[in-house]
Amino acid sequence: MKQFVARRLGYSLLSLLLLSLTIFFFVRVTGDPAALLVEPGASEADIAAIHQQFGLDRPLWVQYGLFMVNLFRGDFGQSFYYQTPVFNLYLDRLPNSLLLAAVAMAFSLLVGIPTGILAAVRVGRFWDSAGKIFALLGLSLPSFFVGLVLILVFSVYLGWLPSSGFGGVWHILMPAFALGWYFAASHMRLTRSSMLEVLGSEYIKLARLKGLPQSLVIAKHAFKNALIPVLTLAGINLVLMINVAVVVETVFAWPGIGRLLYEGISFRDFPVVQGVVIMGGTMIVVVNLLVDIAYAVIDPRIRVET
Amino acid sequence: MSNSTLSSVSSDLRPRTAAMAGQPLLEINNFSTHYVSAQGTRVVRAVDDVTLRVNAGETVGIVGESGSGKSTLALSILRVLPTAARIVSGQLWFEGEDLVRKTDAEMQDVRGKRIAMILQDPMASLNPLFTIGNQVAEPIRVHEGADRPTAWRRARDLLKAVRIPSPETRVQQFPHEMSGGMRQRIVGAIGISCEPRLLIADEPTTSLDLTIQAQYLNLLRELQRAHGLALIFITHNLGIVAKMCDKLVVMYAGRVVESGPVSRIFNAPAHPYTKALLNAIPRMSDKRQRLTAIEGQPPDLAALPRGCAFAARCPEAFDRCRKESPPEFNFDGGRTSRCWLSTATTRSGAA
Repeated sequence: MKQFVARRLGYSLLSLLLLSLTIFFFVRVTGDPAALLVEPGASEADIAAIHQQFGLDRPLWVQYGLFMVNLFRGDFGQSFYYQTPVFNLYLDRLPNSLLLAAVAMAFSLLVGIPTGILAAVRVGRFWDSAGKIFALLGLSLPSFFVGLVLILVFSVYLGWLPSSGFGGVWHILMPAFALGWYFAASHMRLTRSSMLEVLGSEYIKLARLKGLPQSLVIAKHAFKNALIPVLTLAGINLVLMINVAVVVETVFAWPGIGRLLYEGISFRDFPVVQGVVIMGGTMIVVVNLLVDIAYAVIDPRIRVET
Repeated sequence: MSNSTLSSVSSDLRPRTAAMAGQPLLEINNFSTHYVSAQGTRVVRAVDDVTLRVNAGETVGIVGESGSGKSTLALSILRVLPTAARIVSGQLWFEGEDLVRKTDAEMQDVRGKRIAMILQDPMASLNPLFTIGNQVAEPIRVHEGADRPTAWRRARDLLKAVRIPSPETRVQQFPHEMSGGMRQRIVGAIGISCEPRLLIADEPTTSLDLTIQAQYLNLLRELQRAHGLALIFITHNLGIVAKMCDKLVVMYAGRVVESGPVSRIFNAPAHPYTKALLNAIPRMSDKRQRLTAIEGQPPDLAALPRGCAFAARCPEAFDRCRKESPPEFNFDGGRTSRCWLSTATTRSGAA
């Protein structure tokens, strides 16, 4: 078990190292940040001064080395554009992302689980087909498109909801839907297949043979068993939701970390981009590590596999 | 409509009147259940034209190889069938009511309360997420409207009745904390919880080892005597039939090929399939080196041959067997056989 945890931890650190390398060099391919920070027609000397100020005049491997050393000290560097520590910027935006993810998660579970159950109970009939279409659209429509259609219908035509920004309850509805639809579809599909498996089990047959009403068989005996894999997936999806909302947050001008990343890319604000990507990557890697370890604790067969 | 009110009023009276009139508890007439594929192109005749009687307090053994329709017949009686299954013909008279014509809601009052069933696999038949007490008390609460403390008290008594040690702590435990034998006894306790008139046991001892098997069979017999249960015992073990059953029903390819009192069938089997089954039982006194087997495979139930389904494997088959399917012959006061040779038996029995 110890060996298993050590090996998984090693893989996780390796993934993060590769991620840091990739993002560090890729962000530098996008262009020179100094060009966006000076006025048009600025002198060579001004640009060189900015390069020197941000340490961009040093060799790349020195820059990377400094970046990694600071990272291990918990220092993500200073934003070129805001001139404040990246970590403070990140912490300012994180609660907004958490709020959006929480609402989107609630929506995806409240829609995904009941429709999944309905589809499994009425397998092959109308509600199953309707659910399949809902899931297919949710998984295949890009969120920017969903977001734009929502804005067009509910803000432009109907005028019911604010088209963008951060504020009351009304502001969060459309971004949460645009973000949550994909996950609602994914939760619905897993609920359906998990429910179908449970409904075919012997203990459901016995529950029926006991003379229990269908509602009790489904709501008590099948539901609880079918929910276990769905909740595992939802836990992993919550972390994804916090970190992949770049497009949705941009379309709806939602001030979360996704939008921070988008701004960082637009301004060639290297420390911001690196910081947001590494934080997101760390969250995802840690959650996967915890899930792996939890499975190994539950199922002894996993421990012996490499 | 008025029918349902009538049946609910008379439900207590009917069994007694039926018993007085010498009516069987369960009477299955020309009953067929088929599995139909989604396109409707493939029809599997899992249970085909079955006629069967079970009297109150009687033990009836149903034997046959895998896929002969034993389990489908049992699940048909309780109408808990997979979605592809269709009851295509026949009646299921139970205490004077035809179960085939009952609605699903009416069947809920039959299942677990008047007819109970024990499934084959004790490891999989209990829900892993609920306590034993919850699962044993459940039918009592649903069928008798008992409150939780009453139902749980009854559950503890039931566990005691099926010889589960320290039932007070066991009701609080989960299925994974028990052995296979214990779980099967708990499934038995669930079966008798509402004092049904008929208990169907579908290969209840297959997954238990021999010692536990013997204990479980004794337990079932005791419960049967104590509660005046009729028992349908589905098995492929003729030894269990000899020990447990009054009546034997032999199924082959979805049909009843022979039925009658156990002792008379064991002494003089009428159908060649029954003879072959009895020959296949290994005996200690046997000098032969190899076990006897029935050559060949049972036919595909979706494409049954013309004539008798057993003809291809039957050592006594003649021309007529391959052309015409034999009807059910009655002979010897209460025996039946689906074999053309039985016509001769009938005559010799009469002479």
